[in-house]
Amino acid sequence: MKILVCMKQVPQKDAPLKLNAGGTWIREDVSYEVNEPDAYALEEALRQKEKNGGEVIVITAGPGRAQQVLREALAKGADRAIHLEDDAFVGFDALNMARALAAVIKAEPFDLIFTGLQSDDYGYAQTGVILAELLGIPHATIVMQIESSGDGIRVKRELEAGYFQFVEMPLPAVLTIQSGINKLRYATLLGIKQAKNKPLRKITLAELQSAVPAGAAGNLQKIERLYVPQKTKNTEFIQGTPAEAARTIVEKLRNEVRVI
Amino acid sequence: MPETVLVIAEQREGRLNRASWETLAAAQTIAREMGSTVEAAVLGEGIGNLANELAAKKVGKVYAVESAQLRSYTPDGFSAALKHLLESRKPKLVLLPHTYQVRDFAPKLATAMDRTVISDCIGYKNEGGKLLFVRQMFQGKFTADVSFQCEAPWFVTFQNGAFRVDGVEAGSEAAPVEVIHPEMPEGTIRTRPEEIFKEAKQAVDLSQAEIIVSVGRGIKEQKNLAMAKQLAEALGGELAASRPICDSGWLPMDRQIGSSGQTVAPKLYFALGISGAIQHIVGMKGSRTIIAINKDAEAPIFEIADYAVVGNLFDIVPPLIEEVKKTKSRA
Repeated sequence: MKILVCMKQVPQKDAPLKLNAGGTWIREDVSYEVNEPDAYALEEALRQKEKNGGEVIVITAGPGRAQQVLREALAKGADRAIHLEDDAFVGFDALNMARALAAVIKAEPFDLIFTGLQSDDYGYAQTGVILAELLGIPHATIVMQIESSGDGIRVKRELEAGYFQFVEMPLPAVLTIQSGINKLRYATLLGIKQAKNKPLRKITLAELQSAVPAGAAGNLQKIERLYVPQKTKNTEFIQGTPAEAARTIVEKLRNEVRVI
Repeated sequence: MPETVLVIAEQREGRLNRASWETLAAAQTIAREMGSTVEAAVLGEGIGNLANELAAKKVGKVYAVESAQLRSYTPDGFSAALKHLLESRKPKLVLLPHTYQVRDFAPKLATAMDRTVISDCIGYKNEGGKLLFVRQMFQGKFTADVSFQCEAPWFVTFQNGAFRVDGVEAGSEAAPVEVIHPEMPEGTIRTRPEEIFKEAKQAVDLSQAEIIVSVGRGIKEQKNLAMAKQLAEALGGELAASRPICDSGWLPMDRQIGSSGQTVAPKLYFALGISGAIQHIVGMKGSRTIIAINKDAEAPIFEIADYAVVGNLFDIVPPLIEEVKKTKSRA
């Protein structure tokens, strides 16, 4: 089984984010980390390989900094990596991004393609599904379990409100992976050492010219402006020492909220 | 001819869900402002009664898209049937609820038509006739106004709770229902779905709780849950958590609040160390009073909190438990 894992680098969860001067994007001088659901997608691919054999390849698109995501994945056990390297990928909408990924995948087929179910930056929850459509293969979203079934696979999808559903499909297929599907591993020292000798292929935006000729200008949707959310609630900030804050909260609970 | 806003309603086991009615309310609001007509569609097998239910609302027309191949949801079946409908009816806007089912097929449908979906929107703006759709980004830390850069149809999905069900306008008379039998060639559907099931009977129904103490990543370690549990017990409430806590196995999945867990609206929601990612907020924003304690003053949870404490929860919660106990013993 040959599995491709699509991964993305996003701002760290508790990194303080600031808007850029134009109010169209964030200032990029922040700390980054791997998008959390993508980490689970990688883990699942490594587990599938350990069970059934095969190869795990990781791919990301982004500036030079995004290579860190691939290095970490190689250290955890991925066999090789592909980096679509250009600053412009940061501004790609989901369709454009999927087109770039599809161009690479068409040149080198895979049995399974994993993505995280959504990214912590844009939060589209679309790239994996679009990718399947562009490749003309079936997909399943929000996957919590994967098993072999005849020539294909049987996956468990999470639905809302505690419901689940098993779905069977032929290969190749795209699966978007839910956080919590497995327990993440840490990279070992040996893994980190071995990662240095694993192949990492770089692909430039120019090489993807025929798939995404206009770059980010080919987006079908545009962020006109980005801003701090307008408050709809009148939040009362409680000040003071911890003991004073505790007393104020209890007073609110008794007199305003009336629950004690 | 006025432009059309088409709502794709979602049904499961013969019932339209709440999110579908909210999306219809969105469509009626936008149509009123833009002078367009609202239409609705529902897909499945034997869905005549659901189409009639939609036709009782203020809509121009309802499409009942009927096929044995649509009896169980599949992304291939729903996408093919809707593409057929949209190509012949040519609506300007296609509105869908941002449910797990819609997330599974809407991007596929839009891509098949060379279009895009602005997903998980919380509202819209009409700036001199130009429609912008408002969505959250960076886990709710920022809001974006997003425009389409392509021809119609424009696909938009709305987050749960973005519009109110009681905003749906009833019709003065039943709208016509057009039954459509989409052509679905052999082999259209490549996946085989099995029956939907519930993992385990939910031990706790958090939607009935009047007080909920909920913890997020800020609780740091599993052993610290004891402190949150003491606060919940002192207040006579239930303990709950955001997704990462349940993913880590620190609390069972049935205590998870959010889009993949339970939706609650208690009298009091106490958020301890919860940053307020969108997926969590949609499950608790209907709470009557929200108190949040978080060390990060920029945490999105403070946007919806009634009372906020910026500080270390490990310093504040212990004296708080004592104060609650003291006050209760006096009462």
